[in-house]
Amino acid sequence: MRVTKYYGPSRAIENVTFSVNQGEVLGFLGPNGAGKTTTMRILTCYMPATRGNVRVAGYDVSKNPLEAKNNIGYLPENVPLYTDMTVRGFLNFFAEIKGIDKDNRKARIEEVMAGCGVDDVGNKLISKLSKGYRQRVGLAQALLKDPPVLILDEPTTGLDPRQIIEIRELIRRLSGKKTVILCTHILPEVEMLCSRVLIINEGRVVAEDTPENLTTGLQRSRRVHLQVDGPASEVTPSLEGVSGVLRVKQSSFVSSSGPCAYDIEIDKSDDVRKELARMIVNRGWGLLRMRTVDLSLEDVFVKLVTTENGG
Amino acid sequence: MRNFFPIFKKELASYFTSPIAYVVYCMFLIIVGYLFYSGISFFSILSFQSLNNPNLAQGLNVTEGVFRPLYLNMGVILLLMMPLLTMRLFAEEKKSGTIELLLTNPIRDVEVLLGKYAACMAVYVIMLLLTALFPVFTTLVGSPEAGPILSSYFGLLLLGASFIAIGTLVSSLTENQIIAAAVTFGILLLLWVISWSASFAGPVWGTFLLHLSATEHFQNFAKGVLDTQDIIYYLNLSVFCLFLTLRSLESKRWRG
Repeated sequence: MRVTKYYGPSRAIENVTFSVNQGEVLGFLGPNGAGKTTTMRILTCYMPATRGNVRVAGYDVSKNPLEAKNNIGYLPENVPLYTDMTVRGFLNFFAEIKGIDKDNRKARIEEVMAGCGVDDVGNKLISKLSKGYRQRVGLAQALLKDPPVLILDEPTTGLDPRQIIEIRELIRRLSGKKTVILCTHILPEVEMLCSRVLIINEGRVVAEDTPENLTTGLQRSRRVHLQVDGPASEVTPSLEGVSGVLRVKQSSFVSSSGPCAYDIEIDKSDDVRKELARMIVNRGWGLLRMRTVDLSLEDVFVKLVTTENGG
Repeated sequence: MRNFFPIFKKELASYFTSPIAYVVYCMFLIIVGYLFYSGISFFSILSFQSLNNPNLAQGLNVTEGVFRPLYLNMGVILLLMMPLLTMRLFAEEKKSGTIELLLTNPIRDVEVLLGKYAACMAVYVIMLLLTALFPVFTTLVGSPEAGPILSSYFGLLLLGASFIAIGTLVSSLTENQIIAAAVTFGILLLLWVISWSASFAGPVWGTFLLHLSATEHFQNFAKGVLDTQDIIYYLNLSVFCLFLTLRSLESKRWRG
């Protein structure tokens, strides 16, 4: 399956182009108002693209919306549900609309309810359910027809930690079998679940890669955390004196003569950790701790988004 | 049209799981019941007086005297009640966002529209059937004519169909139910009072205004006259409004 989309002069999103392979989990990241939800709505045929075309599961969403929608399970942001229906009635309604034949309908609904952990509230009114349950009912709706493409817009917001883990488990189980587009601004979630990440900001794609490549590839420097027992006034200039060190920042201060922590940035191509250690030992200070700090996806995200804003 | 029935079922159920239908039925029946009571009381006083006055007795007719004014008044009460039934149809779904969930499922706009419209019509038909109790009850003490009463119900059905179509259209244009109700009420009221200025608007404009008025076209039905021009008027109005609603639903596809 291929999803390509170009988007026209609208300010919401512009020339967002991407494709997702079958069985892949794509993380769709972006700050609030970046155009994530707009993109999702275009993918699900809720809104048209001003320009460009979108193909979902081989169907053009503007020409064959019914066929495209037939292959999509969509969990919209904020999970709108018919609150005056029971969970079972709600799922039955959508099973009918999705065209699940009568013989399998009941069994399928029970199966999905069990899979999403809402089987114990099947006869309750949706208005009486907590946010976590509602989220899972929404997810059950998306999964009903076992669609090849799943589009989840912020599926874990407002859930408690245990529920978040359950939903993530569910998504993880789906990966490989289904194409999942996971739209979120919770970064660890993307690192955990997604095989590929797409970051958009102000309607443009600013990065697209695997989480690993993004975190290592985009950083020009490496960060080292040091804890040195020695006079801070002398340690800082000495550290700066070592070649390859770009910047030294004293991050905490215990006492004028006690151990201090430093965050230093060193050149990525040139590992100077050995020189640093030797220098500290030679000066007679105690090297209490040294560890490299990997840039998290969060840092990459902030970096991309802020440079984009700055430029 | 495969999805017409699920939508119809769901909408109908939501009228009855929420108190909307019961409250509207209750208020409508209280008012219509009161009108029926005062109509029949007045009629019985006239009947007593006609015992002494044979001239008065000649013009006395329970269908003309009680039911014709009752159904004419019902048309006006419907004008007040109908916006309450139609206001939620689309406005509620837009507000809560469920319209997004619904329309991203494999479903056509026309199925959503007709399902909702038919559900509202069904609620309305049940309401009309409940008022059939009054003529049935009258047959115990008098002999009302079936013809004009049946034609009145047929007329009310058409009148309601066009009112609901107008309400559906307005509801699809806003996400605020109060606005939907207020605008529908305004339009319906205007369709009633527009004929009032017919008498001084000159012959051409006068006829035109009379033709526009939704309540004016109901007069014939209440008399027991089935005129195709009245039937066509209501059908036209309903189909036209439903067509516009469909366009309004589709408009999000090109309105960026």
